[in-house]
Amino acid sequence: MMSERLTDAQVRHVAKLSRLKMDDRRVHFFAEQLSNVLGYIGKLNELNVEGVEPMAHPTAMTNKLREDVEHPGLSRSAALANAPDADESFFKVPKVLGESSGA
Amino acid sequence: MDITTTTLIELRDAIAAKKVSSVEVTHAYFDRIDKLDGALHCFNETYREKALKQAEAVDTGGFAGKPLAGVPIALKDNMCTDWGHTTCSSKMLANFKAPYNATLVERLIAAGAVILGKTNLDEFAMGSSTENSAFGPTRNPWDTSRVPGGSSGGSAAALAADLCAASFGSDTGGSIRQPASLCGLVGLKPTYGLVSRYGLVAFASSLDQIGPFTRIVADTALLMNVIAGHDERDSTSADAETSGPLPDYLSALDTPPAKLRLGVAKQYMGEGNDASVAKMMDEATAIYRKLGAEIIEVDLPHTEYGIPTYYLVATAEASSNLARYDGIHYGHRAQQADDLMDLYAASRAEGFGPEVQRRIMLGTYALSSGYYDAYYLRALKVRRLIKRDFDQAFETVDAIICPTTTGPAFKFGEKTADPISMYLNDIYTVNCNLAGNAGISIPAGLTEVDGKKLPVGLQFLGPDFSEHKLMRIARMFERETAMVYAMARPGM
Repeated sequence: MMSERLTDAQVRHVAKLSRLKMDDRRVHFFAEQLSNVLGYIGKLNELNVEGVEPMAHPTAMTNKLREDVEHPGLSRSAALANAPDADESFFKVPKVLGESSGA
Repeated sequence: MDITTTTLIELRDAIAAKKVSSVEVTHAYFDRIDKLDGALHCFNETYREKALKQAEAVDTGGFAGKPLAGVPIALKDNMCTDWGHTTCSSKMLANFKAPYNATLVERLIAAGAVILGKTNLDEFAMGSSTENSAFGPTRNPWDTSRVPGGSSGGSAAALAADLCAASFGSDTGGSIRQPASLCGLVGLKPTYGLVSRYGLVAFASSLDQIGPFTRIVADTALLMNVIAGHDERDSTSADAETSGPLPDYLSALDTPPAKLRLGVAKQYMGEGNDASVAKMMDEATAIYRKLGAEIIEVDLPHTEYGIPTYYLVATAEASSNLARYDGIHYGHRAQQADDLMDLYAASRAEGFGPEVQRRIMLGTYALSSGYYDAYYLRALKVRRLIKRDFDQAFETVDAIICPTTTGPAFKFGEKTADPISMYLNDIYTVNCNLAGNAGISIPAGLTEVDGKKLPVGLQFLGPDFSEHKLMRIARMFERETAMVYAMARPGM
């Protein structure tokens, strides 16, 4: 499975999951490049990893919680300050629900 | 006193003794920036007015006794400052003004530092040459046809050209240590969790660490005293139980560790190393032998699996961390979009450069249904094996001595055609990020290529929270070589 070349269709699927728009030329370019990188990554198949505990993180610490005490957060104006499109209260987005939402 | 070639501690002391004012020092650095940065492009942004205000506050007694009072510092442009912009050298964040300061920045300001500006990087810290910056590359001051390394190339080049007294970078797969090696500087990647990541724009959350660039080890020790330590706002920040009590990094720096055992791993000494690196290693190990260290062979059998592991783990984490860039809350938004999904996809495609898109795609693929076990999960298991190699080695040695890079700085465009050849630049640095332990690169050689002198770095890898010992080990080399490599400079 790890040595397969990516097809353009697979790349389009991954691009959709990644929310990255790309034209056919770029899809094909990525299919080539990603296939090469994945081919190199296939090296990991040489190893026997049976019984090895996955290591997601270098630290042994578990969830760090703080006391449930109110702290000031970002003001509304600070939170909206970098918004590409906003009014005084909200971030503005295209219509989310409905036929044309694309979801 | 030549202000811009004085080391950090000496400069700090001179300011404290009022031999020179912080304003004078700040002007001196801005003069150099004006003169040289046009050609080098170390800085994305400079803060002359604010820096002079910070300097004035020091000169009028505001930060008396503070460890960095009046000293000009540069920050990699992926560290949030509540003034100026924080761009990550990406079109995605070209206009982004962070609403808060990173913990690093807060601590530096409280210590009296003057922040000169934000330095260039590979976009979102993804790269090993700073060629992936959306705003143009940074040039290596030692040879401007060559890269300074990456991703913290701007911070490294700025210090190498004496455009600041010290600088900060971030290291996810080698992005402090590799540029330090290519620019002739000390670059430390602290143990994961030792320095707060709050306010560092996330690339790979289980790998990222902030660290300093300095000319000499003592300056790194000073900076670590300021920046290391638990931060409540970073849930991955090492608590006291995890790190143990933190040392005064400046203490006993000139006392070599007793009965020092240094490990040499054949996996770091192979034929891929440039002759200059092999020569540097021979000289370095001879020096340590002469100083009484025992040189012991260690085996790190999973070394060659570090790069493929990293390019699954880091890219998977990046695909998750960069999902926040949606063109809605901040960052670039596409002008034209058919609907919400199209808006996301177009904004991201326009805002992210090719390397960032490549890594997001790779990471998304590795995590996607049907591939998660074969790629991401397998990589996490190999990560465990890589860590075990280090743990086992550290049972018999205090630190591993090895090169930082396989050679000196390469030329622009030399490695951009094939992503894998660029990724292999990190071969001696990534495993330390995967395992989470400490690593430091110090200037240890100068080789001549095309009529220009180019630095090569020596690396020490140590167990978790061994930074102080690594600094004492590195100090031995500095003293024995009379600081000749630390003080070497490109003629700028």
